[in-house]
Amino acid sequence: MADIHLDAVTKIFGKQVRAVDRVELTIADQEFMVLLGPSGCGKTTLMRMIAGLEYPDGGRIRIGGRDVTDLPPRKRPIAMVFQSYAVFPHLTVADNISFGLRMRHTPKADIRRRVEEVAGLVQLGPYLERFPAQLSGGQRQRVAVARAVVMEPDVLLMDEPLSNLDALLRLTFRAELKRLVAELKTTTIYVTHDQVEALSLGDRIAVMREGRIIQVDAPMAVYDRPVNEFVGGFIGNPPMNYLRGRIERDGGTARVMIGEHALPVPPEARPDTAGDVLVGIRAEHVTASDRAVAGAIEARTEVVEPLGPQLLVTALVGDQRIKLLTHPDFAIQPDQPIWLQPDPGKLRWFDTGTREAIVPSV
Amino acid sequence: MRSTTGGRSSCPLPSAPFPLSSVICRLTAELTLKAHKLGWAPYLLLLPSLAFLAIFFAAPMIQAFGLAFQNGDGEWSTVSIRTMLDDAAFWRSLRTTLLLIVLVIPIQFTLAMTMALVVNAKLKGSGLWLYIFAIPLGISELSAGIIWFAIFTERGWLNSFLEGLGIVDRPIIFLNYQEPLLILLAIVLAEAWRATSIIMIILVAGLQSIPKDYLEAADMLGATTWQKIWRVILPLLRPSIQVALILRTILAFQVFATVIALAGRGLTTLSAESYRWYGDLQNSNVAAAYASLILLLSVISTLFFLWLVPANQDRV
Repeated sequence: MADIHLDAVTKIFGKQVRAVDRVELTIADQEFMVLLGPSGCGKTTLMRMIAGLEYPDGGRIRIGGRDVTDLPPRKRPIAMVFQSYAVFPHLTVADNISFGLRMRHTPKADIRRRVEEVAGLVQLGPYLERFPAQLSGGQRQRVAVARAVVMEPDVLLMDEPLSNLDALLRLTFRAELKRLVAELKTTTIYVTHDQVEALSLGDRIAVMREGRIIQVDAPMAVYDRPVNEFVGGFIGNPPMNYLRGRIERDGGTARVMIGEHALPVPPEARPDTAGDVLVGIRAEHVTASDRAVAGAIEARTEVVEPLGPQLLVTALVGDQRIKLLTHPDFAIQPDQPIWLQPDPGKLRWFDTGTREAIVPSV
Repeated sequence: MRSTTGGRSSCPLPSAPFPLSSVICRLTAELTLKAHKLGWAPYLLLLPSLAFLAIFFAAPMIQAFGLAFQNGDGEWSTVSIRTMLDDAAFWRSLRTTLLLIVLVIPIQFTLAMTMALVVNAKLKGSGLWLYIFAIPLGISELSAGIIWFAIFTERGWLNSFLEGLGIVDRPIIFLNYQEPLLILLAIVLAEAWRATSIIMIILVAGLQSIPKDYLEAADMLGATTWQKIWRVILPLLRPSIQVALILRTILAFQVFATVIALAGRGLTTLSAESYRWYGDLQNSNVAAAYASLILLLSVISTLFFLWLVPANQDRV
């Protein structure tokens, strides 16, 4: 069992900067947890504290029920893949992979067997006698992963392992990594600023900002139900649209207004508040038509970008900009009228002051 | 991380562990590539340093070689070389010089490595340590010799200290010409004190160029401090170690003032002999023979260290 408990973990840099601020997080055994956030949000610092490379200024870290807060890295049941790979340039691939086992004085026969096994797993078999300088970036990355995996750690930490690869390799490796980790069933913490990686890899995502975790949930739950404006904007490409709206109440009936347009929203999908709100809607949850449709919002197209599988349309609703994804065959030109129908069930509501989500109570 | 240049691809993959041919091939390819782009500008920029080296190093060197193979009348002859080899002091001076190198350099490297690791540990006030360690660098060889002479001499600081503590009744004569071994040890001490910090500086620079990630990766892979030093730091420090070894050995072949100050004529070295033949015996040909021998030995030791500690690793 290698569940991880973070209890009020804090790291302060200098006197003022709370890089990680009282983080509470529980990661289940065999779970793939992604720490996601913009640069400087504290995700790497948090991972380094779990690794033992940084000492927390407050809080405790427990792995598999054991308090490891005061243990040096080598006494923790952890392996780590570095962003820079940190593959030793003076050692061959085989010696790099076996480094940790040799430090532990594992018997030679065992080392050879396990190195070959792991090398096969990451397709490095033919390169065992090469030096890192003779490898491509992708192969070096595999060495870094193999070197960590061969230790059979209880917890695998990965710090942006794909960020130094080019786009195509990143795509290949993402799938490979997901397969590998699923096979190994190791509890994994994966740090990234790339929301696509987070969505595609994680069992759960912990979204971080300014040293705090602001939402932890399954990828699609974070995507569909962001807890605040920031999360909705950070996750998803294009980011969630936010329109300034107003809920007008007249006795028992209520209307949602976007500018001059009334949005047809069934009562159960509507918050109980009145007054200004921020209406959030994903680009793929807006149906567009080039002809007037009853109840639809009239807008004007501004930019039309073919993305291949979809068409990304930027349109103006009054003075507010909205992005929507349509079928690639949708024949629309810039500067044309367009009628938009957001899926009422997919609408999200945010407080205009706090920017936090307002959840309909029904 | 290096970018891939077109010139590299034609090079054979380096054969471990010493891919000299491939490195040279790669270098040549890159230089050719650059020469195409830059024309003659690089050579023009090199000219001042080349002129400096030619006038102040290459010319005197050739001159010294010439002198070594001439007799007193300026005719070509091996008589000066033979005079050097037949001289009673020759083998003594060679032995002392080599003995000093064998004794001093390992001590200096162990010390320098320790000091460099202390400085690099980024402890509180480690910057101060660097300055303290570097103080002897500002003191000339002769002054250093005189300082240590003042410590070891009959009425010197060490004897005063020992007497003050009541450990000895009367001064011990450390620098006794009947005891060359003691004098040698005094020279070893003086040299270690004087020239360890130059090695340390080179090693500190090397240590600072090792990315922190390598050490953290070793940490994560369960390496103890010793394992990190032996398995990661020292191998990655090879280029610096090589430079330091070569530099230090070349300087050790030239050791002169420290020996003169502490031993006078009690112990002699190659450069002391060269000086004696030039000054006391007024024979610049034999002096040049000694100088040429020092140069030859320096070249041999350099090649030896290039072979012993290959610096070119496959850096990522």
